[in-house]
Amino acid sequence: MLPVVETQVLIAIGLAAIATYSLRLGGLLLASRFPKAGRFRRGMDALPGALLFSLVVPGLVAEGLWGLCAGLLTALVVWRSKNTLAAMLAGMLVIYLARLA
Amino acid sequence: MRSELLNGAKANIPMAASATAYGSVLGVLASQKGLTWLDMMLMNTAVFAGAAQFVMVDMWAGDLPVIEIALAVLVINLRYLLIGASLEPLFKGHGLIHKMGLIHLVADENWAVTIAEQRKRKVRSWFLLGGGILLYVTWSFGTVVGLVGGGLITHPEKYALDFAFTAVFTALAVGLWQGKRDILPWLVAGSLSLLAHQFLPGKWYIVIGGLGGMMTAMLGNTEDGDKEALEGGTDVAGC
Repeated sequence: MLPVVETQVLIAIGLAAIATYSLRLGGLLLASRFPKAGRFRRGMDALPGALLFSLVVPGLVAEGLWGLCAGLLTALVVWRSKNTLAAMLAGMLVIYLARLA
Repeated sequence: MRSELLNGAKANIPMAASATAYGSVLGVLASQKGLTWLDMMLMNTAVFAGAAQFVMVDMWAGDLPVIEIALAVLVINLRYLLIGASLEPLFKGHGLIHKMGLIHLVADENWAVTIAEQRKRKVRSWFLLGGGILLYVTWSFGTVVGLVGGGLITHPEKYALDFAFTAVFTALAVGLWQGKRDILPWLVAGSLSLLAHQFLPGKWYIVIGGLGGMMTAMLGNTEDGDKEALEGGTDVAGC
């Protein structure tokens, strides 16, 4: 038997879903009005890396020196091996050990 | 189409592993907030955005603050506007229905994997969807296992599970590094991100850092710009 879903849960999830989907589709549809070369293109090329870097920096800094070590080791492993999972586990191992100590 | 769906799924296996781990953490938190597995699955299906779902669960209460939740999700997911825009070359030549159908299952993970793959070869939009389906299934599996298992993982931070997110995105960022023309944009992005993280609430630091990095790249000198525009031209031809 299915659990009952409350109306306000449906509204909360529905609004969150509309917001998220509008941003995804809006970005895709508006992009075709953006210029394809020159400065704008250079900006768009730099954007994915800059965005991901911005996403991780506070998380690394929050862990202090060990966080920076974990970040460097993760980067080194993925650079040498091209293996994202191994790189992730290496970074997590550093934090696991740091928290044991 | 089928082989490209499979290629996309295969390329996202490492992301799927971290999504499962991360999802199980969300599930444990959700169980403490009293969400049912059906609430969780509705959220996974309709929203499908990791960081936003963490904040939604965090804000979950007996009397749901519906508007605050929607606004928080809007802010955290502002980056999807940029992510959606960056996928435009992938969807070139496809109609509105195709775009509307495939754009929903775009998460940070399969987006980053697709952008990286696109720099190596011509990728079709099904590659993105293949990754999205795998992530949807594994993310949902992780959340429901975490929810049902509830108290089994009492201290996720003890096993550095909370760091899985930071670690996997660090690895992905390295894969997107374009060489020395990225040094200045990334320095600006990182500094702005730290400042915004320190002084602004929520997840503004992601959008602010990303936009700062983008603007730095746009303000670079035009001689480099001409050279890179030519390189960009071959990229377009390759797509």
